[in-house]
Amino acid sequence: MNKPELEGTAHLLDELDKKLMVLLRDGRTLIGYLRSVDQFANLVLHKTIERIHVGNEYGDIPRGVFIVRGENVVLLGEIDTEKEDELPLIEVSVDDILDAQRKEQELKQEKQRLLSKSPQGKRVAPNARFNSR
Amino acid sequence: CFIRFFKSLVGKDVVVELKNDLSICGTLHSVDQYLNIKLTDISVTDTEKYPHMLSVKNCFIRGSVVRYVQLPADEVDTQLLQDSARKEASAPTR
Repeated sequence: MNKPELEGTAHLLDELDKKLMVLLRDGRTLIGYLRSVDQFANLVLHKTIERIHVGNEYGDIPRGVFIVRGENVVLLGEIDTEKEDELPLIEVSVDDILDAQRKEQELKQEKQRLLSKSPQGKRVAPNARFNSR
Repeated sequence: CFIRFFKSLVGKDVVVELKNDLSICGTLHSVDQYLNIKLTDISVTDTEKYPHMLSVKNCFIRGSVVRYVQLPADEVDTQLLQDSARKEASAPTR
């Protein structure tokens, strides 16, 4: 069964029924048991929770069964159950973590706004006129 | 021609930089036709701004999200790579 060409080949099938952490392209983290895969890396996750990280706190939202389209997957990590118990992170309630996430988003947006307003990144010609508001 | 090259690197330590700016150091376990990469014993290089990786030792990285694969220079026989690339360019096998 083990042809020499197949050895050393990465198979998602090896990860079936394992508790996996899936990182998505939009930055979300899903943790669930991998039940099914296909050649596009589309995934069927069972008992999925969405884990949101803010600072050193995290919150889990239960999601049930998830089907993820392969193109949105960045990486799949096999969760080491021992290490999970030693996480230096604090679990908080869903409302708290969503609050914290919203605040973090607002801070980021503020930063972006300030950065785009500041003239540091923009070279202004000496004779340019500033639009007065 | 790169898949055979990667297969020759199985067991070596590499750093994979992803398009989302995450850099992961680990041992190359396996690779497939889409250049998806399986790494074992991973650690996140740079600052661990990504705490979700703390409890993960092995991971599967989708080929489409890889920006670079950083290899130590002494693992790579550039002459061999150049030769096989040239051969494939003049006589494509697929």
